[in-house]
Parts: sequence; structure tokens; C-alpha cells
Amino acid sequence: MNIIDILLAIIPVTIFYAAPLILTALGGVFSERAGVVNIGLEGLMVMGAFTAIVTNLMMADTLGSFTPYASLLLAAIISGLFAIIHAVASVSFRADQVVSGVAINFLALGVSLFLVQELYGAGQTGQVSRPIYSNDIPILSDIPIIGEMFFTHHVTSYVAVILAFVVWFIIFKTPFGLRLRSVGEHPMAADTNGINVYRTRYIGVILSGVFAGLGGGVFALTITGNFSGATISGQGFMALAAMIFGKWHPLGAMGAAFFFGFAQSLSDVAAGIPLLESIPSVFLLIAPYVLTILALAGFIGRAEAPKAIGTPYIKGSR
Amino acid sequence: MLRDQRFINVLIPIISVILGLLAGAIIMLSFGYNPVEGYGALYEGAFGNSYFMGETFVKVTPLILSGIAVAFAFRTGLFNIGVEGQVFVGWLASVWVGISFESPMIIHLPLAILSAGVAGALWGFVPGFLKAKFGVHEVIVSIMMNYIALYTCNAIIRNVLTDRLDSTDRVADTASLSSQMFYNWTGSRLHWGAIIALALAFVMWFILEKTTKGYELRSVGFNQNASNYAGMNVNRNIVYSFLISGSFAGIAGAMQGLGTYGNMFVQSSFTNIGFDGIAVALLGGNTALGSVFGAFLFGTLKNGAGSMPLVANIPKELVDIIVALIIFFVASGYIIRWALTRFKREGK
Repeated sequence: MNIIDILLAIIPVTIFYAAPLILTALGGVFSERAGVVNIGLEGLMVMGAFTAIVTNLMMADTLGSFTPYASLLLAAIISGLFAIIHAVASVSFRADQVVSGVAINFLALGVSLFLVQELYGAGQTGQVSRPIYSNDIPILSDIPIIGEMFFTHHVTSYVAVILAFVVWFIIFKTPFGLRLRSVGEHPMAADTNGINVYRTRYIGVILSGVFAGLGGGVFALTITGNFSGATISGQGFMALAAMIFGKWHPLGAMGAAFFFGFAQSLSDVAAGIPLLESIPSVFLLIAPYVLTILALAGFIGRAEAPKAIGTPYIKGSR
Repeated sequence: MLRDQRFINVLIPIISVILGLLAGAIIMLSFGYNPVEGYGALYEGAFGNSYFMGETFVKVTPLILSGIAVAFAFRTGLFNIGVEGQVFVGWLASVWVGISFESPMIIHLPLAILSAGVAGALWGFVPGFLKAKFGVHEVIVSIMMNYIALYTCNAIIRNVLTDRLDSTDRVADTASLSSQMFYNWTGSRLHWGAIIALALAFVMWFILEKTTKGYELRSVGFNQNASNYAGMNVNRNIVYSFLISGSFAGIAGAMQGLGTYGNMFVQSSFTNIGFDGIAVALLGGNTALGSVFGAFLFGTLKNGAGSMPLVANIPKELVDIIVALIIFFVASGYIIRWALTRFKREGK
């Protein structure tokens, strides 16, 4: 196998795995930049995956080729609504944000599997008839080698990359982004300046639900094609890791997500590649997590969290 | 006033549980089920006969340990969300020792349990050390350690302990907690671990409340600066706390490895023992006795849930919803407290 073949095997799989991670990690950026820890990304992805699959199964006949996009839209909306629970608990009721996130994960799995039992009388749904397929982009995909590597993917992968830039623009170049970051860094100063801390944090958390729901939906519709309790198993936490590894920066998070996707694709395709064959796959599996710990410890550039993260804002306290 | 606060602190978990069960009843009603039948089935499934009762205790045992593991760290102001991974490595270590050799039970069994504790402590050491040394937040490191534990344990089971099999051999009889006597009584997998768990809950209470070290640990949890000023080594106490918490969690794994299952198998996702431990500790107000009660409640719910689909035709996932809601309610204690004090003021 020469280098081109290896790249042709690895790059598409990398992008394939990275897309849902990018979307979910972007959600994490919104929430955490606003100062609310979101361990619940996993649960929000579960809700997204569940909604996307069920919508797809129910609406495929009426909506036709538009089905997957309607499914994703609904997944984003439902997960956004679901995230309100996390916002109410951690912003208004001053609950421990990590505990609330853990509860979100439990609740999402409980609710979705309960409803799957109600709807289908089984632990998992059937396969959807209209998943998202990969598409060749006209003209660009005809470029030799590069075309095959970069322009033959699922449309959602391009959307994820574009959204990363959009989120970067929103967070660093718009007044809303400045407000979002300010309530995460120093909520009292923000409050003094007339920024509604509670509302801004609610928006941050809800947006994290929207993006994580999209991520979960994309994962389900491109990779698994059905929904069960094991559909989302750790992707949300991996997205959380990507966000931290990317230093709470949208583009950093995207880079980290690509890197994690790369590690995962290596463990998939390693069998055919001479040098990689000798590495036990477990090292590739744990690589994202080990790297995140190293990044946090400051061995790979210090990862600095927003200052006010994890603390509920109580008006009038200092 | 102090009595009042104490009373409210006990009241919050109780109200949360009632609210959670109430919410469960409302969900059952809105999906056309009979809540009385549903909860009846749950009760029968948890206590209906000696087999179910035995199995309930089997569920409760590791939850007591994971609960006190989380609670212990909480009291030191640390959030050990890594109990899940510490349970895994403890499980693996106990089974590893259990299958590797045979020796008299008086040596073998304690050694297997001890190695589980050491493995859990080592896994807890990483987030504790990084927190103490570099100020890294322990939650994220712990979560990452969970996944590292999951994949590493699976790889070791497949490649080291067996030749590409999905489960290990059974541990030697000399390292087993299972009991023929309990089996004859109940026909369940009830094992001696239940007693170990209760004993360790006592140990946790003793360390925290009756020793100097425990006083230091609690003090660090209350106020790091004040503790530092009083001459305590805050960083060292953080590491100690994680070591002790991790060893409780590791022994929770030994309960599975030496008692409930008697082996270890490849797992595609987490056991949730560690995450449930967070709920247990929270409900128990981070005390030893409270955690025992909390573990009992959640163990009962989880085991009783198994009978709900068969008897009342209700999906057992309902119980997961109830558990999640109880966590929300306890975590949102602030609002319950606010409602209680308001209610009281108006009553006067």
C-alpha cells in the first residue's frame, strides 16, 4: 500500500467520524463560554440521535428526499428544548452544574429508551429508510486524488466545518459573542454593564443543546442508521474532550475533533497498514483521552477554562 | 436555627424522592398505565420473595461503595466523577488476582480485595495529583480516565487474561465472596460483599469524623485558604482524598468481580455503578449513613424495575427517568429550601 492509498483510506473515515464531534463540541463551546459546564453533551446527543431516527422512520413516506434534513432540524429543536432543563437547574436553581449534567445524561437515555419501548415495543428502532448518503461534489470531486479525498463526503460534514467558522465569527466578532464570553469570565462585571447574565447563560445552554442535537442526529443518520441504548456511547464525552483540547475555541475544537476522528480511523484501518499493524488498537482508542489529560496538565500548551465556569451567578453576591 | 437547617437538610432528599416517584406516577398515567400496578410490580420485583430480595442486596452492595467513594471526595470539596473507571480497574485487578493463583482463602481473598482497592486508588491518583500539582479540574481528567479504564480493561481481558475471549475464567474459590449458604436460602447471587460494604461505610464515617486526617480533609473541603493558613498541606490532602475515594470505588469493582459475577467480561459501555454513586452520595447528603440509605433506595428501584415490563407491561426505563429526576430535585435543593422557608414564614 503506498502513501496515497493510505491517505485515501484514512482521510474520508476521519472526516466521517469527526463531523458529529465538531457539531457537538461547538455546542459545548457555547455553553462553557457562558460559564455553564456541560457534561450533559452526551445526553443531548442521545436526544438528537433519538429524535432524528424516530422522525426519519415516521416521516420518510410523506417527506421523501427532504426527510433527513427535517429529521436533523427536529433533532436540533428537541435537544435545544431538552437543554432548557439543564439551564433551569444550573442557572436558575443554582444546582451543581456537573451533577445536573450527569442527570441530563440519565434522563435522556431514560426518556428516549422509554419512548422507543412505547413506540416500537423493543429496545431499539428499525433501520431508517432515508439516511444521509455521501455525495460527490460536481467538478471538484473530479480533481485527481484531492477530489476523492475531500469532495466525496456527506453534506453534513461540510456543514459542520462551515458552522465551526460561523460559531467562531459569532463568539469572537459579534456583540452577542462578547456578551456570552463576558458572562462566562466575570458575570458580575457583565451584570454591572447591563448584560442580562441569566438570559445570556440560558441562550448559551440552549444553543449547546441545538448543536449537540445536530451532532447526535448526524451521528445516527450517517453512521448507525438506527437508535438503541448503545447508539451514542461516549461521543458526547469525546466532543467535550475535543472542546477542551481545542481550548474552548470553535476552530480549536474543530481541529481537535478532526484529530480524534483521525485516531479513530487509524484504529479502523490499521489492519491494512504495515507500520500501524504492530500497534495494539487500544492505544489508538485511548489516545484522544490521554492527549486531553496531557493538554489539561499543560504539557501540550495550557488549556485555560473560562474564569467563572461552574459557579452559579447569584445577584448581589461578591 | 441550626436544628431547623438540619431538619431541612434531611427533608430535601425525602421531598426529592417523593417528587421523583410522583413524576413517575404522572408519566405512567399519561401513557395509560396504572401507577399503583406499576409501583406494585416494582415493589414485588424488589422484595416479593427471597430471590428478589437477595438480588436487591446484590444491586445495593456496589452502590454503597461507589456512593461513599463519591461522598468522601465531595466532603473534601472534590468531585470524583471517575468512580466509574475506578470500579472497572478494581474489578479487573480483583479478578486478575482471583484467577492467577490459588492460596488459602485467608490470604487470597483479602489480597484480591486489597488489590482492587489499590488499583482504584491508583486510578484516582491521576486526577488528584494533576489537581494538586497543576490545578487541573478533576472532573474532566476523571471522565477521560473513565474511558481509558474502559478500553484498557477490555484490551487486557482480550489479550492478556484470555486468548481473544470475551470473558475471563471464574475466580478461584479461595478468592470468591459468593456464599453457598446465601444461595441455599435465597437462590440469588447474594454474597458476603454486602457485609464488607457496610463495614467500609463505617470506616468512611470513622475516618472523616473521628481522625485528625479526616478533620483535615473536611476542613480542606470547607475552606482551602483557611486550612492552608492553619498549616495543613492542602495539595497533599487533595491527593489523599482521591486515593481513599478511589480505593472505595475499586473495592466496589471487587464486589462485582469476586461476588456478583465471579469473573470479568468485555463491556461495550459503562456499568453506571459509578454514575449512580453520584446520585447515591447526593441523596445521602454525602454522609456514610445517608449513602447506605441512598444505595438501598436506588438498588431497590433498579432491581424492582426488572419486574415492571413482565407484571405491569411498563418499560423498565421508567425507573431511569425517575432516578434522573430525583437527582435533579436533590441538586436543585436551593429551590426546595427556598420554597420550604417561604412556606414556613407564611404559616406563621
